[in-house]
Amino acid sequence: MTESGKRGKFALSFRATELEARGGICAVAQELRLQGVSEETAGDIEIALAEAINNIVEHAYAGVEPGRIRVICSFQQSRLDIRISDKGVPLPAGELPEGAPAIITEDKQDLPEGGFGWFLIRQLTSDIRYDRLNGHNRLSMGFDLT
Amino acid sequence: MSLTSTVTDHARVITVNADRIDAAMAIQFKEDMRTETEGGPDRVILDLSTVKFIDSSGLGAIVASMKQLEANRSLDLAGLTPVVDKVFRLTRMDTVFNLFPSLDDALAATAGH
Repeated sequence: MTESGKRGKFALSFRATELEARGGICAVAQELRLQGVSEETAGDIEIALAEAINNIVEHAYAGVEPGRIRVICSFQQSRLDIRISDKGVPLPAGELPEGAPAIITEDKQDLPEGGFGWFLIRQLTSDIRYDRLNGHNRLSMGFDLT
Repeated sequence: MSLTSTVTDHARVITVNADRIDAAMAIQFKEDMRTETEGGPDRVILDLSTVKFIDSSGLGAIVASMKQLEANRSLDLAGLTPVVDKVFRLTRMDTVFNLFPSLDDALAATAGH
């Protein structure tokens, strides 16, 4: 699955199904730990990565034959950049969702069962950017490693 | 089956036979929770100590599992590992459930009632 063995940068791609997404997320998290990222930071990155990739599986390729998802991770001094691309439909309105926190209601029956994804991504990244380029979605997430 | 359950004097204890509760297993998890919590004690304890990773789909499935219990029943969570604990804290879902460091702590809390 890993395409590049060069230290400090690695890439992989997989089909946008739930099971292949799980494999890709686990592979990135394992590689980060192998490259010396702390357990806590690797956990944070894995959460954000999983939310971003699950969004692509569930929304960008919704109702169509699952295409591919490509993930490129590059270490820069004290940060990690992760770029995720797909050929699915663009984000609604072509921009990143606000990612407001879910509302914790008094009545348990009204508690949210979803809508946590972009909030978690925004909480766990130091910066985030979305571009639509030539029919591709590209999400760039930065993480502080210090 | 993603879950195994046992009944003690005061609670049904459910353990997870997986190290992740993620998008690929969230629906199965919710269905298995429905099956495992049918009847039995009012208190249900979900032992999460084997679970090293959860995403928002998994979190949603745990919330759904709590909501599908009858109104007089409760779902308590035990043994949250660091990533699972973080997802609960960031989303404030730690304020919705009773959380215990371990299954033993959760069971000891039963004895105190």
